[in-house]
Parts: sequence; structure tokens; C-alpha cells
Amino acid sequence: MIKLTIDNKVVEVEKGTTIFHAAKKLNIEIPILCYMNLEHLDIENKPGGCRICVVEVEGRRNLAPSCSTKADDGMVVRTNTMRVINARRTVMEFILSDHPKECLTCSKSGHCDLQDMAQKLGVREIPNETTCEMSSYRLDTSPSIIRNLDKCIMCRRCETMCNEVQTVGALSAINRGFEAAVGTAFEMNLEASTCTYCGQCVAVCPTAALTEVDHTPQVIRAIADPTKTVVVQTAPAVRAALGEEFGMDAGTLVTGEMVTALRGLGFDHVFDTDFAADLTIMEEGTELLGRLNAHLAGDKDVKLPILTSCCPGWVNFFETQFPDMKDIPSTARSPQQMFGPIAKTYFANKLGIKREDMVVVSIMPCLAKKYEAQRDEFKVDGNPDVDFSISTRELAHLIKQANMDLTTLEKSEFDQPMGESTGAGVIFGATGGVIEAAARTAYEVHTGKTLEKVDLKQLRGMEGIRAGSVDFDGLEVKIGIAHGLGNARKLLNDIREGKSHFHAIEIMACPGGCIGGGGQPLHHGDSEILQKRAAALYREDAGKPIRKSHENPAIKELYETFLGEPCGELSHELLHTHYFDRKRKRDIED
Amino acid sequence: MSETKIKLKEKDVAKIVEICGFFGNEPGELINVLHKCQGEFGYLPAEVQEVVSDNLNVALAKVYGVVTFYSFFTMKPKGKHPISICTGTACYVRGAENVMEEFEKELGIKQGETTADGKFSLSSLRCVGACGLAPVVLVGEKTYGRVAADGVKEILAEYEA
Amino acid sequence: MSEYKMHMMVCGGTGCRASESDTIVEKMKKELEYRNLDEDVQVVITGCFGFCEKGPIVKMLPDNTFYTEVKPDNVTEIIDEHIIKGRKVQSLLYVDPNKGQAEPDSKHMDFYKKQIRIALRNCGFINPEVVDEYIAADGYEALGKVLADYTPEQTIDIIKQSGLRGRGGGGFPTGLKWQFAAQNEADKKYVVCNADEGDPGAFMDRSILEGDPHSVLEAMAICGYTMGSDEGIIYIRAEYPLAIERLHIAIKQAREYGLLGKNILGTGFDFDITLRYGAGAFVCGEETALIHSMEGLRGEPTVKPPFPAESGYNGKPTNVNNVETFANIPAIILKGAEWFSAIGTEKSKGTKVFALAGKINNVGLIEVPMGTTLREVIFEIGGGIKDGKKFKAVQTGGPSGGCLTEKHLDTPIDFDNLLAAGSMMGSGGMIVMDEDDCMVAMAKFYLEFTVEESCGKCAPCRIGNKRLHETLDKITEGKGTLHDLELLKNMSNVIKDTSLCGLGQTSPNPVLSMLEHFYDEFLGHVSDHKCEAGQCKSLLKYNIIEEECVGCTACARVCPVGCISGEKKEVHIIDQSICIKCGACMDKCKFNAIELI
Repeated sequence: MIKLTIDNKVVEVEKGTTIFHAAKKLNIEIPILCYMNLEHLDIENKPGGCRICVVEVEGRRNLAPSCSTKADDGMVVRTNTMRVINARRTVMEFILSDHPKECLTCSKSGHCDLQDMAQKLGVREIPNETTCEMSSYRLDTSPSIIRNLDKCIMCRRCETMCNEVQTVGALSAINRGFEAAVGTAFEMNLEASTCTYCGQCVAVCPTAALTEVDHTPQVIRAIADPTKTVVVQTAPAVRAALGEEFGMDAGTLVTGEMVTALRGLGFDHVFDTDFAADLTIMEEGTELLGRLNAHLAGDKDVKLPILTSCCPGWVNFFETQFPDMKDIPSTARSPQQMFGPIAKTYFANKLGIKREDMVVVSIMPCLAKKYEAQRDEFKVDGNPDVDFSISTRELAHLIKQANMDLTTLEKSEFDQPMGESTGAGVIFGATGGVIEAAARTAYEVHTGKTLEKVDLKQLRGMEGIRAGSVDFDGLEVKIGIAHGLGNARKLLNDIREGKSHFHAIEIMACPGGCIGGGGQPLHHGDSEILQKRAAALYREDAGKPIRKSHENPAIKELYETFLGEPCGELSHELLHTHYFDRKRKRDIED
Repeated sequence: MSETKIKLKEKDVAKIVEICGFFGNEPGELINVLHKCQGEFGYLPAEVQEVVSDNLNVALAKVYGVVTFYSFFTMKPKGKHPISICTGTACYVRGAENVMEEFEKELGIKQGETTADGKFSLSSLRCVGACGLAPVVLVGEKTYGRVAADGVKEILAEYEA
Repeated sequence: MSEYKMHMMVCGGTGCRASESDTIVEKMKKELEYRNLDEDVQVVITGCFGFCEKGPIVKMLPDNTFYTEVKPDNVTEIIDEHIIKGRKVQSLLYVDPNKGQAEPDSKHMDFYKKQIRIALRNCGFINPEVVDEYIAADGYEALGKVLADYTPEQTIDIIKQSGLRGRGGGGFPTGLKWQFAAQNEADKKYVVCNADEGDPGAFMDRSILEGDPHSVLEAMAICGYTMGSDEGIIYIRAEYPLAIERLHIAIKQAREYGLLGKNILGTGFDFDITLRYGAGAFVCGEETALIHSMEGLRGEPTVKPPFPAESGYNGKPTNVNNVETFANIPAIILKGAEWFSAIGTEKSKGTKVFALAGKINNVGLIEVPMGTTLREVIFEIGGGIKDGKKFKAVQTGGPSGGCLTEKHLDTPIDFDNLLAAGSMMGSGGMIVMDEDDCMVAMAKFYLEFTVEESCGKCAPCRIGNKRLHETLDKITEGKGTLHDLELLKNMSNVIKDTSLCGLGQTSPNPVLSMLEHFYDEFLGHVSDHKCEAGQCKSLLKYNIIEEECVGCTACARVCPVGCISGEKKEVHIIDQSICIKCGACMDKCKFNAIELI
């Protein structure tokens, strides 16, 4: 332990602690901007670039960045001298002098770290503002993410997420000096890059340099159009996080309130993606068992492990970076994309309306779902199965615009039939949940016995890569789980090198699974928030009367009256997909 | 994305692969590999960077990030006679600025550009260590010392043939 | 060297090569062969002699005749007169401008008289491409001595006692640095030589590498021995092809002689050296940035600690020294710490190499003892200001340093005195300015450099320097205000105080020191819109002198913007609000009727 003095108060901290953390212990909040600590990922972004967190250290010539300067024994630190405050303000003036001043219409306004800090530091004008040259870049709009580099402040958080956590490598610091920013290779559009739209960059961006494409205007217009029947589905992870946008504690389940709010917004049918999750289990589970049995029977052509395919960020990842392995993942579509075609066929038939008159909106914790919804293979004659996918954050905006406060709303139930779901569907939102749900069903189908201990706790947790096994009545099914694409890459490399011993692997692009998705309320790196969201989903699962997908009565009815068998002909048409080699192609002359 | 679009030939790809292989396909050798590639092609078009990225297993964005960081690397082809004007302090004090202006005027291009016919390109250069000859101009490998603005025409005339 | 009767040392430094010293060598060799003299006279290409102003330099041994401004056409004359007849070629001798007489021996020239050459000891005296010549000049003796007689600790002690401080700019005690690197245990350690000389106007590292590459190799091996490293890397500017070529030759020869590689001199010590190329980024002079660049990354600095001695290249303990620092090492080992520390001032020992440039008569590379005054350097060695103009200031430390004025002329130059005067040693660039140099424009020039070279990682350097430059530009354009001077000061102080690395922490120095010493000149720009030095074009006015104008209309016809009016045979007038100050009218006027005010 070492002792130091900060603002005349003595504090004792462990060796290696930074001045910033030591000050925190004394309840002194030193302002920070670029710094970000993701404890659950063991990632600390501290380029020491913004210089807002500088403090005075006795005996040191210049000011020290408190986020990256380690405390020393006997150190005397002052965090609030006028020298420090003048430095912070001047640096903030520098940053703002190269930042567009369009806060009125900026999507980040009110949630912008830069705006907050400028206010906190009391910056009221920028010297010689009109003559300051501003760096200027092309606006890049992709199906999921908008990049407006004019607003980049070089905090490097997105670069850290894209490279160190996700290993996607779409973003890097580019150029030098005043022109430096975080961008793509050759400043290409995200669409042309290796971007998976996982949205982890958006989730950490302190400004509006990286934001999601806002689809709420289209949703509002669809609901306002009397000729359209607007159906909404909500993903499992949304209910465990939406409350945070209304000041509720992390991990508060707001399923019922959310349903009320959606109805209040005017959606004609409020359904649950959990229903589609149960359907996914039927298809994916059947495929898993089919492959497993064939493999056990000695069929050399059958590839194992089977990989889950319900995460569109993950699908984008292997299509761009591991196209040679595109036969390994399950062909089952994601729940969002299973919900769409069922709504536009089965449910539209029930209502007796045409496909074109139905608009399917999904509420997702995810930005990759926006891209997924507009993929060509998920359209019929140009009409998408899912029309608009909006994020948890966008939904919160909509609810607030409609003068509703989630905290005061009554609870209500999903509509039938596509609002019916099991506990297995709910846990899709947390890492390990999909494979646990699949195992519950696969066990019973394979063994013909009832699974007594439904909670497969060996598959739960927050570790990046996990291994667990489920005893299928004497057959040990080995399961691997990875969340975060960097971890997925490790498992994929193992498979490529023939080192993988798993039968099935669940992969989620985002750390924590969907609860940590790129469209969720910002968690600012607080891993406890993720854990609380996961716990909420497991709580909802435990409270459900039915906890296995194949026991969902609405699913049973769907197969009996419409689909026939899982993995049958109609299933293949509506519920399965195929993958593409999307590696960048090279144009070579002979 | 204003750089020239080119098509690599089979043998060009093979050359880049060979260069990467020479450096053990080590990501840490990226800058050495880029030096060699620029030596080979004269510049580093996007297509070359893509092959380097694949072979060294360094994300393409990172390769581009390195290329755009160092002033020695260029994504634009240089002119047949690249003209570099030293803008080190000694040359500045002895009038390099005027010399640069004169070249810009004579060639009708700005620093960092190449003439339409591909004959000349113009760039500035940090101290070449020939301060005794300030201001210094390099055309290709040839050094011209104590250049004055009114000597610019004469230098260019040497290459007009 | 002994079998030849005579040696002709031709400077192969960059400056002299640019003035065709290559051709001189070729022609000389051919002529000697033709006259069957090639057995008697050896032509040697050496490193920089330092006296670049008078290049190409040719020195004849053994009589030490120093020929200046030699041209290829002079070759036959040198052979006929000097070599055959034993008479000096008078027209090629250096003429002392004060005494007005020829001075054939460099030892007696003002330029060399006050110099003590330690780092440059072999430059101009040996052929850098022949290892035997380096060995003949006691080369690799220091390495042998260290390996045979001293423990690593003893060696570090010698360096510590010598008082040698880093010559790259920071001035950190070299021995201490070595000690830190030695103390950190690791399976692998690296010795790095920083040869990414980037200060615009400094070229001593290049000259050492071109003129005496082995001295650096030897020193790196010694350093490797003290810290327990078997691998050295020289990070060198790719724009230094000659230095690179000579290093390659030197490394190859040293390996052949068993002076590098496995089991050096049979002592069991392994050490080898490779080259890495910089790619044009001034910030890579900062050691953490340099290390990232060596790792194939963007050359961005990181917060220290951890220092490279703890975690450097590939995360291993790494010691980074600059070329000139290394070049001092063998001499210190051979002659002892006491010898070295007897030279210089109390806290700055030894000598320092300076690149003398700008408005000075003797541009070149000099090495003087620490403590030499600016006056001695500029007026004695440098031969005073060019064209008899008035001395105004001298910038030391390049874009990281500040300017010194008349009142500093008698200050002994060392690390601490320069810092106290608001400048710094830096790598040793020394740019002399005269009355025609505008200090605002000068500050702007340095900021332009910094803006271009900032890596962009931290906000104050990335944006702040841009704003400084814009403000200075505004002032030179005549649009500055008094408030802008206040802004300059505050911005400069904050950039210094908050920037991540040495580049940003020192980039405002030129502005601050010029503001301090030439405040009136800044004031003149903002309140009177006048540039005393006449360098800021926007502040100049072309004026037609009524009495001289004959109304020939030539000026009006040549004016590209049509701002000159007047009837034929009547006095013309320039409309200042339209004039773009191109000067075409003044060039055209045959009657000297247009003046610049």
C-alpha cells in the first residue's frame, strides 16, 4: 500500500493505482473524457489523449493525466487549482473548436459526454471561432451505423472495441496530426469493410461520431398509416434494460410495462420475439440432433461442432472473415428473421390481410439486426420480412416522445398467438442462453425422457470462453460458449486447426450476449449492469410456467396447422437461410 | 477514396507475397514490408495494401492507418521526375518558400500533386542535411544547391527534352 | 594506409556530394591510373568535414592541405601541381576573410581552431567504408577493453562518472539510463540507436553515420554488454540512403572480423545489429513512439511510465540512445571518465555537435566543448553574419527550442543555461537569423512544422498547435489583434502543460520565447500592421513615387488584378484594397518609381 495526498486529503491505495482511482476513493471525481474502463472485459481504454483529466503533481514540470499516471508514495496531487482548471477549459475550447456545433439536432444531444463535459467546465465561447479550420470528412451511412467523423474526438474507444475486443479490424486511427481520426481503410464505407455492425463502437462513442441509423420516423409513419397493420416483436434482452432509460435500476424487468407502452404507441399487435426464439430452438435443435446423430453413426461428411446462427453480428463476422467455414453454423435464421415470415404468412393469413399491408417492426438490443432485416434473402419480391428494426434506445425515445413514463405504466400481457413464449426463449438474451434452451429441448427429444433439472447452470456465466457438458443419458454432449467476437475468433481458429472437441458452440457477437448489445442503454463499462440484466432474464425464465421451447402451445399449434415438421420443407423455405462468402475480393489481371 | 484504382497483375501479387514472406509474414515487420513494396511499385495503392494485410494478418484499416501516418509513404504515383524542395529551417531562412512558390507557378500544381502529363511531381522535404547549400532542391536523385526563384525555369528546362 | 605516399581525402558528406564530390573522386582515380600514380596516391571518400559552406572539401595528407570549393575541373591541376610538383594549388586554398590571406592547414582556420572533436573524431579522417581504417584509429579497442577488463557494472560506472548526457535533446544522464536497463531482468533486452534525425536544420547524426559508422556499432555493443542484451537495432531515417549503405557495409565488415555476432573477440559475448527504417515522422524521435514504429505500428507516443528500460520494444527492457551519444562512448572508455568530465561545464560534460546554418558565413557542422559561448560559435567559428547584416537571434533546439538574442551571446552553452534562457539544446540545430528575418514569421514557420508533425493523439497538440499556427498566420496577414497576443500566450502555456509527449510539450517554445524577446515586433504587427523585417508580404505596400513616375503605363498593363490606374504621362496610383502584392509592377517599372513600404 502507498499513501498520497490529494487536495490536502491523505489516501491509502494499492501500488499501481492511478491518481484518478485514488481520487475516486476520496470521492473526488476528476473529470474524464476519453478514458473508459471495461472491467468485465479486462479492457482499459486510456490513450491519455483528451488531457481533460490532468492534475497538478508536486515536483512535476507539467500537468499529469490522472487516468494513466500511477500514484506514488508521498505524492502530493492537486486536482482543482486554477492552473488545472484553466488548462482543462482551454483544452476543451480546443476540442470544441474542431467540433460541429449542431447540438440542437444532434442525435446524441443530452447523452453526449462531450456536451456534458463542456457544460461542466463552463466553456461559453471559443476563441476566434469563425476562423478556426475544422477537420472534415465524408458522412458514411450504412444500414446500421452512421459515421460522422467530423464529431470524432479521437478518444479511441471505438478502435479499442473494434480491434482488441471484437478483432473485427474495421476501424483504426488514420492520418496524422490535425487530420487524424478513427476511420476505415481508404476511408471506405462501413458496408465495404469488415464491419459486422455489432455496434460496440456506437455503444462506447462519447459523441455522435458513431450512431445508429434512426428508424423511428419510419415506424411513426407506419403506425400513423391507417391502411397498415403494424406488428411489433420485442427481443428478450430489451425487457431487462429498457427500464434503465427511465431511471430504473439495472436488472429491473419491465416486460409488462413495455407491452403497455407499445400498445400505447399504437402498434396493432404486440408480440414477443421469445416466441420466435422457441421456434428457433425447434429448428436449430432438430438440426443439431440430426448432425449429432449422423456424426455418431459415423457419417464423415457431417461437420461438427454445429455453431449457433441467431446472432447477425456473428453471421457477418464469419461471412467476412471465415468464409471457408460458412458450412459449419446452423442454417436456422435468427429469431427476428423467423418471426418476420411467420407474421407475414401464418399470421397475415389468420387476419386475412395481404403481406404488403403488414408492417413488421422489431425492437432489438442490437444494431446488426438493422442490417439483417434488409438482407436480400429475407425479402419476398422486395418486401422485407421485417420492415424496421429499432434499438432499445430508439424505443425509449419513442416512448418518451409519446409522453409516457415507463415507471408509472400498468403491466399488461403480449397478444396471442405470437406473444406466447417459454422460459427457454427468454434466456436467449444472455450468453449461454441459446445453447441452454437448445439443450433443454434436444435432451428430451434425444432421450425421450423429461429433463428434471431445467437450470443448466454449467452453461451460464460471464467468462468470455466457457466449456460445459450436458449428459444426454450417457452421451456427453460437449458445449462451447463464446461471447465477444475476439473470443469467437479463438474458437474458430481451433476448429480450423482441428483442435476443437465440442459438439456444439454458441456464439454471440457482443460481450455478455444480447444484454450487452450495441443497441442497449449505455452501460459505460459497468460490468455489474450486465450481470444484473442477465440475472433478470434468468429470473423471468424461472418464473415461467413453461420452460422448454417444444412445450410452447403456440409453437405446437404452428407446426400442426402450418409448418408440419421442424426442418421440413416449409421450414426450410421460411426459417432457414444460407451464407455468403463476403471476404473482400481482389481484382487481378493475368 | 480518391486514390487511383489499379488492377494488380498475378506477378505483382506474387512479388508482394514474396516480400511479406521475406520478413517472415510478421505483423511487426509491417513498416519494412511497406518500404519494400513502395520501392517495388513506387507508391502504395490500396490494392497493394490489401495483399500486405492478408499476408501479415494485420487488419486492412490498420495497414492504412500506418500508411497515412508516415509521410514517406504515398498512395499517389509520383511524377517521372519527382521534385522535392527542402523546407528545413536553414533552407527556409534562405528563401525555400519563394522557390516552392516559383515551382508551383511554373508547373501549375501545388505541393503533393503531379502534373497532368505525369512528368513532374512536387513535394516538400525535411532537412536533407545539406544546409551549406541552402536552399536545396532535389529532382530525382540529383541535388541542386543555392537555388533561387529565378533559377527554377533553368532547372525545369533540363528535363523538358 | 602506409603503402601509399599520399592520400587524398574527399568529403563524401551529403552537401559535398551534392556539389559533385563523387565526380571528383571518379575523375581523380581515372587520372591517377592514367598517369600510373594509383600506386602512390590513394583517394579516400570520407565523412563530413563539417565546413559545408566551402564544399566540396578535399584534404591532402600527409601535409594537411585543405582545399575548398573544389570542382571536377580542378582535378588535373591538383595532380600536376600538388601531387607531382609538390606545390599547393593557391586558388583552391581557404582565404581567411579577416586576414585576407590563404590558410592551407585546417588546424589554423578559425572554423576549426576552437573545436574539439570527440563524436566527430574520425569524420573526415578515415574511410568509413573500410573497417581497418577505423581499427587503425583505435577502433574497437574500447569494446575489447570493456569485454576483457571491466564488468558491466564497472562500465556503467565509467559512463556515469563521465557525466555524459543524452545528445538527442533530453539531456538525461546516459549512465543512469543504462543502469535502469541493466537492472530490469528479462529473457531478452534491446539496444536501440535512434537515428531518426528529424529536426529541420540538424544533420550531425547523419554525418556521424556517414563518416564513422563503426563508432556507433562499437558503442552499441558496449551498451549491450552492460545491460545484458544481445540485439541492437538502429532506427534510421529512410531518407538517408548513404548512411544506410555505409551502415550495411560496416555491419558486414564488423561481422567478418568477429566484432559483431556470436562470441565477440572470443569472450562469449554475443551481439548483433540490424537496421529498421523510419518512414518520415518527427514524433518518432520520442522513444515510446520510436518503439511503436519499430513494432510496425503508428508512431504514437504513450504515457511514461512505464519507461522503455522497463517495457520497451516487444515489451522487453530497451535502452534508446541517439547517434551522437553513442559516438562519444568509445572515446570515454579509452580515455577515461576523468578526461571526458574535464571538458565542459559543471553539469554538462564533454562536447556538443551543432549544425550551424542560416544567415551565417560558415555554414557547417561543428563540435565544441560545452560552455563555449554563442558569440564564439557565431562570430569566430561561424565567421559572423552573412553579407555584413546585423545579428538578430539564433534558434537552438529546432522547433522545440527557443530563440536567443544579443543579450545571450556571452552565455556559455550547456543544457541548463539554454533551458534557463527559455530554449533548449535539442539535437543541436543552430539557426542564425539576421535583421531581415521576421520573428512572427519565424514562429509561424516552426508551428507549421509542428502542425505537420503532430501525431494527432492528444488534443492540445493536435488542435492547439493548429490554433497557434492560425493565430500566427492571422498576425502575419495583418489581421491580428492585441487579444490574439494574449491568446497565443495562454494557448502556448496550456499546450506545454498538457501535451502527452515531448513534441507537444515543447512545440510552443518558439512562440513563447519570440514573444518574450521580440514582443515589440509582435505588437508592431497587430497594432501598427507593420513588419519591420519586411518579410510579411500582406503587411507591405507597393507605392508609386510621384516624383519618379513618368506615366509610361507599363505597371498598369502588367498588373494581374488591374489595381493600377492613371492616364498616360500622368502619375499612376495603386488601389491598395485590390493589390495582391505580387510585385509584378515593381519588376516592370524601368524608372524605379515603385517602392515597397
